[in-house]
Amino acid sequence: MRIGVITFPGTLDDRDAARAVNVSGAEAVALWHADADLKKVDAVILPGGFSYGDYLRCGAISRFAPVMKLVIDAAGKGMPVLGICNGFQVLCESHLLPGALTRNSDLHFLCRDQEIEITNNATAWTTSFAKGERITIPLKNGEGSFQCDDQTLATLESEGRVIARYVGVNPNGSRNLIAGITNERGNVVGLMPHPEHAIDPLTGPSAQGLGFFTSILKAMVK
Amino acid sequence: MSLDTVAIAQSTPENKQPFAELGLKPDEYARIKEILGRRPTSSELAMYSVMWSEHCSYKSSKVHLKQFGDKAPKSEALLVGIGENAGVVDVGQGYAVTFKIESHNHPSFVEPYQGAATGIGGIVRDILTMGARPIAVMDPLRFGPADAPDTRRVLPGIVAGVGGYGNCLGLPNIGGEIVFDETYAGNPLVNALCVGVMKHSDIKLAKAAGAGNLVVLFGAKTGGDGIGGVSVLASETFGTGGSTKRPSVQVGDPFVEKILIECSLEIFAEDLVVGIQDLGGAGLSCATSELASGGSGGMKVALDKVPLRDPSLSPEEILMSESQERMCAIVEPHKLQRFLEICKKWDVTVTAIGEVTDGEHLEITWNGEVIVNVPPRTVAHEGPVYNRPLAQPAYIDVVNGQKVTLPILNSASDIKAAVLKLAGTPNLADKSWVTSQYDKYVQGNTIQSQPDDSGMVRIDESTHLGIAISTDANANWSYLNPYQGAKLALAEAARNIATAGARPLAVTNCLNFGSPEDPGVMWQFAETVRGLADGCLEMGLPVTGGNVSFYNQTGAAAILPTPVIGVLGVIQDVRTRTPMSFNVAGLDLYLLGDTYEDFAGSEWAFLNGERVGQSPTADLAREMRLIELLLEGHAVGLFKAAHDLSQGGLSAGLTEMVLRYFVGATITLGNVGIELLSESPGRVVVAIDSNTALTLTGLAEKYSITLSKLGTTGGDSLIINECVIPLSELRTAHTSTFPTLFG
Repeated sequence: MRIGVITFPGTLDDRDAARAVNVSGAEAVALWHADADLKKVDAVILPGGFSYGDYLRCGAISRFAPVMKLVIDAAGKGMPVLGICNGFQVLCESHLLPGALTRNSDLHFLCRDQEIEITNNATAWTTSFAKGERITIPLKNGEGSFQCDDQTLATLESEGRVIARYVGVNPNGSRNLIAGITNERGNVVGLMPHPEHAIDPLTGPSAQGLGFFTSILKAMVK
Repeated sequence: MSLDTVAIAQSTPENKQPFAELGLKPDEYARIKEILGRRPTSSELAMYSVMWSEHCSYKSSKVHLKQFGDKAPKSEALLVGIGENAGVVDVGQGYAVTFKIESHNHPSFVEPYQGAATGIGGIVRDILTMGARPIAVMDPLRFGPADAPDTRRVLPGIVAGVGGYGNCLGLPNIGGEIVFDETYAGNPLVNALCVGVMKHSDIKLAKAAGAGNLVVLFGAKTGGDGIGGVSVLASETFGTGGSTKRPSVQVGDPFVEKILIECSLEIFAEDLVVGIQDLGGAGLSCATSELASGGSGGMKVALDKVPLRDPSLSPEEILMSESQERMCAIVEPHKLQRFLEICKKWDVTVTAIGEVTDGEHLEITWNGEVIVNVPPRTVAHEGPVYNRPLAQPAYIDVVNGQKVTLPILNSASDIKAAVLKLAGTPNLADKSWVTSQYDKYVQGNTIQSQPDDSGMVRIDESTHLGIAISTDANANWSYLNPYQGAKLALAEAARNIATAGARPLAVTNCLNFGSPEDPGVMWQFAETVRGLADGCLEMGLPVTGGNVSFYNQTGAAAILPTPVIGVLGVIQDVRTRTPMSFNVAGLDLYLLGDTYEDFAGSEWAFLNGERVGQSPTADLAREMRLIELLLEGHAVGLFKAAHDLSQGGLSAGLTEMVLRYFVGATITLGNVGIELLSESPGRVVVAIDSNTALTLTGLAEKYSITLSKLGTTGGDSLIINECVIPLSELRTAHTSTFPTLFG
């Protein structure tokens, strides 16, 4: 079970994502933005950070990285892809997921322990959770406000493609408290909070983030 | 302007030069002419002016800083001492840790966001330059009154700058301080600490050895930003009026720095450099002269090869530019190819601009013409040294002769009002509004961060080895008695490490003062250094490096003497660290240490407008016994929680503890006014299981530390004698201050 973790220039949470993959029992495979092959991985994670310094728009330059062409092709064939934070932004810019992430409503970078509710446990990345399960994992970003047009929002809601919502006060102005979404097929997931920083209570607010990584393991073994 | 070459300088000895505008004094200019045996070229003048600035040369502080070497305690932990970019300490298991604090005070006042951002960038490159991977940052900050209009301009910008740069580098921010005082109104203090880790064998030094080796510049292109930053900004007092100094502030690009970090670490891993230096204050002037001076002494540089962002820059400007995110490496010719390949992988601009030569001259050419020919030691290490006049300022006897007079707490409602007031005062209020703008989780090794007593990071995932760092200063005490103030800050920082169970190992410092040309300020500085050196000797902690920031004053009014002391400690297993508070009911709370009527310099006195009296006297022998007690108790798993008492005394300490996990406490005090509000040093509140009381009593006897029972944990209130404060009310007082002030 090989899970690729992509490093773009400016990616920060790649080693954390790789650690989470390894702790969950899979093998993390480092992928470089300029790579011309996916090294036979079974799934791909786009970790958080500030790829290309967030210049132009978050994720707008990374989507043109050579490795992203391969990721887009593979995702189209059903390969599980998880974008966390900046990775989510890259997935939106790549049109693998709808909508966009804009600046937090209070215009500040926000790092805090955030409670979220898992609202769809049928995706490749969420089967370890119960539907309605509440977990606390770090949220840390400056541009985490999920925005989309009314029709897209209605589609996401009616098709159950919102996979996680913020609980309590809306931390960043996201529409419908959306913390994460999936594509129609359920293989591509974008998530604003950081499950890879919640794999051990020693270094994070909980170990509840591991569920995303054990989910993919289960999905692959099936 | 035409090119000023060495040949022209020789033939036109009488040309007038703008040395004063560049910050040089007439005798300094005369000395340059004496060294060179001619007038300097304009490029040489530019180099000397920035390198002989107070900021780079430590010319006013050197004679005092010597004490850190003269009085250095024997330490087997110190691998690299003062003089390099940062000191390096052995923390065991083959790991070496490097850490340092620097100031970026003046730029942050002029341009808060970029000033603070490049402060982080500069200290991170210092750590990187030692061969280490940067693993965390901290930022002790000081501002004018919290409700002053200019604080609202400066603070949000500085916080956003610290966060904007540090977050983008992927460095967890694990602590710091935020203190408000009117003396910082025109001079906010932005101190930035970075810590990095490496294996012993990976230590790199700033030296250019081996004739024929190449001088390689890599990183960002050179632009016109920050020209004269160290000489114009950092080394002069701001007057009122005058032209804006904003062009002297550098502009940072954290993305480029992140790339530079990863690129450099890959280069280090393949052992491709002989020596390395970052380009910070004084830019290329500093890097070339320090590398040459640290090595065999000779170097030739073709300045026209430096890649420019602005092609119109003159040679003088290129030498003085403080454009950020640049590094200079010494590379053996046969390793250049691989060096270039790694830079290409990371899209980092790289250019060989010169080579190491035999001899003792730094020669810089511009399109083939020699524009600099100097002995590099005279630029980098043999600058002017001043033994500036110093005199105890008149205020000392005046304030020391007065006694603090404070309202006495009598009733339960007095106690409640005092606790709530301290909980909400800007200096002690919850700082989440600030710290939530910093990423504390990145890298996945953060064990402790704000509001814990110290920041703690794991450095080995398999052995669980970790380090802890705390930075502290009590400028009120330093104002009343700078000698004691320095010792007390040292003791507090060490104690903050030990409460978690880490053993203090080494010290860094950032000494923030007013103008060295004021004998009173110079006396404060001298006393501070003497106190810190004496204290470090007594506690057996070596000073590994530091930074001096002078000229922190507006007009005649200097800031409070503010020595920020950072202590680094090591903990063998981070999983065992003692948390700063309790999350269960039924534990017994004890106070370790003695409480006296220490109100001088306290937060309670500050709130009542009193800045008089005598500071406490540091008892470092007792502090060391207290630290040993904490470490021994930690080793046997005695403590469920331990929290240092400092600003705000027991009142603030209890507030922080009960709000951390929202578990209350019931406390019984004798003389409540003194016991609650005094800031006697050397005190720690600990929580233990009641059935381990004998162990604690035994330790207190063994180390001769006064022990007194405070009460028990539990409930949803903080109860002090007959005063009941619901935690929800206490939390509102503690957490609403910053959002109310800063939005």
